[in-house]
Amino acid sequence: MTGARDSESEDGEPHSAAQWWLRGVGAAVSLPGLLLMSASVGYAALSRESGISLALTLFMMNFIWALPAQVVLIGAMLSGASLPAAAIAVSLSSVRLMPMVVAIVPEMRVPATRNWVLYFLSHFVAVTSWVVSMQRFHEVPRGRRTAYYLGIALALLTGANIVIAGVYLAAAQLPQAVAAGLFFLMPMYFLTSLWGSAREHASLFAMVFGLVLGPVFHLIIPGIDLLAAGLVGGIGAYLLHRHTSPGGVKEGRAP
Amino acid sequence: MTFDAYDTWWWPYLFVLVAGWLASDIWRFIGVAIGGRLDEKSEGLVLARAVATALVAAVIGKLIVFPSGAVAETSLLVRIAAAAFGFGAYLASGKRVIAGIVVSEAILLTSMQLA
Repeated sequence: MTGARDSESEDGEPHSAAQWWLRGVGAAVSLPGLLLMSASVGYAALSRESGISLALTLFMMNFIWALPAQVVLIGAMLSGASLPAAAIAVSLSSVRLMPMVVAIVPEMRVPATRNWVLYFLSHFVAVTSWVVSMQRFHEVPRGRRTAYYLGIALALLTGANIVIAGVYLAAAQLPQAVAAGLFFLMPMYFLTSLWGSAREHASLFAMVFGLVLGPVFHLIIPGIDLLAAGLVGGIGAYLLHRHTSPGGVKEGRAP
Repeated sequence: MTFDAYDTWWWPYLFVLVAGWLASDIWRFIGVAIGGRLDEKSEGLVLARAVATALVAAVIGKLIVFPSGAVAETSLLVRIAAAAFGFGAYLASGKRVIAGIVVSEAILLTSMQLA
């Protein structure tokens, strides 16, 4: 952590940004990284079965880089939502990224960090890269964390692109049952991970309300069904949570 | 202005850029601009998480009830059973995602073989 030498020091710790970038690439090979790859299998199958081209499937992955937002966008496309309705629905599902960025930026910023670097890197903030980097940042000198984070981000992005293209292209040769099974990965992945990541009862209520309201509103108000289910279910869950537990925050696991 | 409103190659990409990229990255950019720290327990964030959760859950509900492609050949009852037992297995196994996926896939694929 001392000088700005661009070679390895005697204790084998890397110094240059390129070396730390490479370390970041290595750090991406992790359990959260593996989970992202398996979720990408489900995403590719869902997108293909929804009639979306491979090019657009990859475009969505790289430009949105948040699977829940991508799944919401596909849902909005399928229900014939207008551009503004789809944008608002996706935007509501992505508010959660903001506090994650707020938490990670001070970990990477040094006085010399240029603002555009932070804005560029913030695009790659999503659950997987966030978890991996926040676990490992303490091993990385502060001035090298942007390079390290870019390594994690690009490795995850490249891996996901390879997995998606592979699954998408192979799916044409697969039997119907396997295609159906791959499609079903996505709902199961989100059903379990949403429950697992819920921090307070409001989110648990919201999940139950959303599951029911999504299909119901699809029949009544297609086009704005997701938006309506998100707002009605989310606000309803929040109010119920306020009403039932005045203390608010969930204390660990329920007894 | 729906996803399949215009029959040009670029419209789907523009749709994704505005409704997907901009709609997501706007929050990331705001996060950089804010800097500092946020109180994760603030009421605004609890509400935002609840709305986001309900939205994604609504998509899941729709994927199970109104799926597209090969899985649409199965009956609604089978899909609900697969999801419900899968979720039960996830809870029973101490929140292991893999348990939920294996059980739900087993139910779904078995019913497709029998059909």
